[in-house]
Amino acid sequence: MPSALINVPKRAKRGDVIEIKTLMSHIMETGYRHTASGSVVPRDIITSFACRYNGAEIFRADFFPAIAANPFITFFTTATESGKLDFEWIGDKGFSETASASITVE
Amino acid sequence: MRIAGCIAILVVITGAALAADIPQSDRRSGTSFMGPDSKAMQDDDTANPGMLWVLDGEALWKRKAGTADKACADCHDDARTSMKGVAARYPAFARALGKPIDLEQRINLCRSNHQQATPFAYESHELLALTAFVAEQSRGMPIATGDDPELAPFIERGHALFMQRQGQLNLGCANCHNDNWDRKLAGSPITQGQPTGYPLYRLEWQSLGSLQRRLRACITGIRAQAYDYGSPELVELELYLMTRARGMTMETPAVRP
Repeated sequence: MPSALINVPKRAKRGDVIEIKTLMSHIMETGYRHTASGSVVPRDIITSFACRYNGAEIFRADFFPAIAANPFITFFTTATESGKLDFEWIGDKGFSETASASITVE
Repeated sequence: MRIAGCIAILVVITGAALAADIPQSDRRSGTSFMGPDSKAMQDDDTANPGMLWVLDGEALWKRKAGTADKACADCHDDARTSMKGVAARYPAFARALGKPIDLEQRINLCRSNHQQATPFAYESHELLALTAFVAEQSRGMPIATGDDPELAPFIERGHALFMQRQGQLNLGCANCHNDNWDRKLAGSPITQGQPTGYPLYRLEWQSLGSLQRRLRACITGIRAQAYDYGSPELVELELYLMTRARGMTMETPAVRP
C-alpha cells in the first residue's frame, strides 16, 4: 500500500518562494543485493519523479539505485497563481503513483 | 608506570561495572543524542518516514478482516480516543495468559480472538503499521508501564537480563547503557537505551522496526544468541526498559540514525 506525504503551504503571497516537501513510501531495492542462496534480488526502484504546477512542469528528478528507501524530495518554487500541484512517481515493476495539493496565492 | 596504568584502567572498569541505575534527573531520550538533521526529520510529520506506517495503520484499523469480518474500529471506534495512552502502558499483564505481553502481541491476540484472522508475522509491514498507529495515539504522553502488581516478578527478570553479561564479548546491556551512555562507540553516541519512540524509523534499517528488533540487533552485537521474536525474555526486557523509562515522553514514531 504505497502512500505519500506532501507538504505544500496552503496559502502564499504572489512572488513568495515556497518550499515543497514530498515523501513517498518505496523499498528502493538496489538490484545489487543477493539472497542467502546467491540469487540476485531484482531491482525495484522509483526511476522518475515530476511535479506540475497548474499543468506546467516545475521540477523533475531521475532516481538511481543509490537513493535510500522512502525517498524524501524537497524543492523550492515561486508562488505565481492559485491552483494545483500534481506529483507523479514512476518506477520499476509498473510502479506509478500520483498525489496532489492545492495552494491559494493572494 | 605501565603496571600502574593497567591497575588504574582495571579500577575504572570494575568501578563502572558496579555503577547503579541512571538517576531520574539524568535520563535522556535517544532524540537528545541526535544531530539537528535527524531531529528535524522526526519533528516534521511530513518528513518523518514513520508517518507512512502510521497512515497505513490507520487504513488497517478501519479494514474488516478475518472470519468475524470485523475491523479494529468496530470494537474500539476512534483510535484517537480509545487508544490514547494505551501504548504508554505496554507491555501489560495478560491475565488469560498469566504473563506480560507487548503491544504487537496484544494486536495479534485481538486479531486471532476477535477478528478470527491469522496473526501478523513479527516485523511485517501490517503489524508495524498497526502498532505505530496505535502507539502514535500516545505521542506526548508520559510512559506509565508497570502499575499492575502482577508484573513485579517479570520486571525483576527483565532487570536481571539487562544486567546479565553474555555473548563472546561478555557484555550486559547495563555495561553500555547505564555505565557509558555519555561516551561514544566507534564515533556514535552510546545512548541510554530508553525505549520512548517504538516502533521507530531507523535510517540504518531504511524501515520502521520494533523494540524487539532493536534488542535482537544489540544482542547480536555483543555476539550472543538473540532470543526469538515473541520470546518471554524479549518481552521481559521490553517491560523492564519501559518501567526504567517511566515518566519519559512517548515519541512514536521516532527517527533514529
